[in-house]
Amino acid sequence: MDELINKLKKEVITQLNLEDISEDDINPDSPLFGEGLGLDSIDALELIVLLEKNYGIKIEDPKDGKKIFHSIRTMAEYITEHQKKA
Amino acid sequence: MEKLITAYTYIGEGKVFANKRLIFYQEKIATFAEFIKALYKQEQIAYPKFYKMDSLSKLGFMCAELLLRYENPGIFKPGSLAVVLANSSSSLDTDLLHQESIRNRSAYFPSPSVFVYTLANIVIGEICIRHGLKGENAFLVSEKFNPSTLKDYVSEILDNHRAEACICGWVEILGNNFKAVMALVENESTATWINGFKPMPFTEASLNEIIKVN
Amino acid sequence: MPSRIFVTGLGFISGLGNNAQENLNSLLNLRSGIGRIRHIETSLRDELLVSEVRMASEELSCLAGVPSTEAYSRNTLLGIIAAKEAYRHASLGDHPGLRTGLISGTTVGGMDQCEKYYQDFLFNDSKNAFIDIYDCADSTEKIADHLGLKGFMTTISTACSSAANSIMFAARLMKAGKLDCAVAGGTESLTKFHLNGFNALKILDKQLCRPFDAGRNGINLGEGAAYLILETEEANEKTGNRVICELAGYGNACEAFHQTASSPDGTGAYLAMKKALEMSGKTPDAVDYINAHGTGTDNNDLSEGRAIENLFTGKIPWVSSTKPFTGHMTSAAGSAEAIISILGLVHGIVWPNMNFSNQMPELKFRPVTEMIRGANLNLVMSNSFGFGGNDSSLIFKKYGVH
Repeated sequence: MDELINKLKKEVITQLNLEDISEDDINPDSPLFGEGLGLDSIDALELIVLLEKNYGIKIEDPKDGKKIFHSIRTMAEYITEHQKKA
Repeated sequence: MEKLITAYTYIGEGKVFANKRLIFYQEKIATFAEFIKALYKQEQIAYPKFYKMDSLSKLGFMCAELLLRYENPGIFKPGSLAVVLANSSSSLDTDLLHQESIRNRSAYFPSPSVFVYTLANIVIGEICIRHGLKGENAFLVSEKFNPSTLKDYVSEILDNHRAEACICGWVEILGNNFKAVMALVENESTATWINGFKPMPFTEASLNEIIKVN
Repeated sequence: MPSRIFVTGLGFISGLGNNAQENLNSLLNLRSGIGRIRHIETSLRDELLVSEVRMASEELSCLAGVPSTEAYSRNTLLGIIAAKEAYRHASLGDHPGLRTGLISGTTVGGMDQCEKYYQDFLFNDSKNAFIDIYDCADSTEKIADHLGLKGFMTTISTACSSAANSIMFAARLMKAGKLDCAVAGGTESLTKFHLNGFNALKILDKQLCRPFDAGRNGINLGEGAAYLILETEEANEKTGNRVICELAGYGNACEAFHQTASSPDGTGAYLAMKKALEMSGKTPDAVDYINAHGTGTDNNDLSEGRAIENLFTGKIPWVSSTKPFTGHMTSAAGSAEAIISILGLVHGIVWPNMNFSNQMPELKFRPVTEMIRGANLNLVMSNSFGFGGNDSSLIFKKYGVH
């Protein structure tokens, strides 16, 4: 899980162009949206693209994103769970 | 009513001028992305959203930033500052990126953050968001820099009191070729400018002068 | 300085019909243009619902009087058909002494043909004519050629508010004494480019769109073109054209909130409507009907609904979105909905907001869901909001009413 979390941090930074933020700045349990990294609705859509591109996981309803993208950890858990199924 | 250019900024050929001062210079530009990031860093601007913008918006954002924050920090009511910009390539630089992402079925990942920039006037939106401007705006596309249209358009806005001042300029980019110039135009009776700057009359000749490398 | 601007001609092609009369018939019969994709080649063909103009591009060429061998985008063909209808309606060509301009909104330009021949451009010179028609201004120039207009023309691309801004810009030019008459509106064909783009933003509903419904889930895109003939009062004395209605007010505001999203309280929408109303010299209670932007997205309908509630603090006028009829015609939406509003104004009809079933909990008002005939309409408002926070509102007034 830790390995996936670190990999995800890197991918999120690249996908969302968070240039001034390093992996150490992201707490895997902190909320990604709202106060945290200042992400917006377009970033949420980019994360959907990330899951599909890098992990082959499709999210049809963007409203589901709220739960899945709560934090890096919830993302990692969602990926682990859905890759097992595949 | 007489109108004055009370400040201007210029970005092009590796040089950045604020009014007539050279404030940044890179002799060899590897890419636009590196150039504009170096300028952003030098100016110590803290606005993480900058990194998410497309190239056209980054260029326009930096030009407006220098103009409004440093070269004429006059107090404008956000509703009373209009923005009229122009270029020749519209948003083609970003359109091409989007086209790349949808042309191939096996690597089909259109990026929402790219698509939202496939309109030239989004650069104005970014400038307005940054500075809270709610006045009217327009982005004009023409083959060449056309000072006469810009002058007419901006004059009409100021003459009819739809804005107290107007940012007027040219923001052009395609690949690593880029140039941006912005002027702040005000009615003479209410104009303000920083010490040491000599305001220029708002004429085609002045616009032609400031778009050349200083 | 001319002070009054009259509407004297209409031209309209959409999924509802190929001219204004056919469009009116579909509206009266509650016939929507939205359905399965027929013409545009896309991998999303079976997934999305759109409102396509029924004819294939070859048939449109015929209707527009263009040899199908020439390089024309679908966008341009639609524009020519609608602009010609409007221009003939007002028979402006018979008055060569008047300065007539063309202001046309479009954002996709010649994208549809460039998508088709993109690969050919590198290896097959015979398709190179399609490179020249890529930019948006090409469609405006070709429309002007077909109308025989040689005066001022320009193209406006502000996404979904383009055509409303064209009408507004034309009126300004006329009031500034630069033009006597104008053909103003917009044209937009469906393309892979924006179909995919909107799809990437996850704002396309795979079912029929449901504006202002609590369960709304996005947009159905549409295509078409719509143009109005505008004349100053002075020019109208010369043309003697029957006045359909008056353009009484218009306003545009920059919302300064987000590249694509509207602010939760609808500041931009509020400002645009307020400016238009102030220009018309009327108070909010004089507005009888609002043709809302009402795209059916979560974000727009909430934001626009709140703006309407904030401006119309007394009685809220009849409100409906007609996008369930036409789909979201993006750059042509502003003039298409202006015409739909005008048809309502002239015939005393309030168009219903189709596909509505559940009230939004955040709003106090609900849209009109049944067609109202015999309504006494004097002042109607048409809203169009675009990406970049570019928000516009137009107000049309019944002719002869003060």
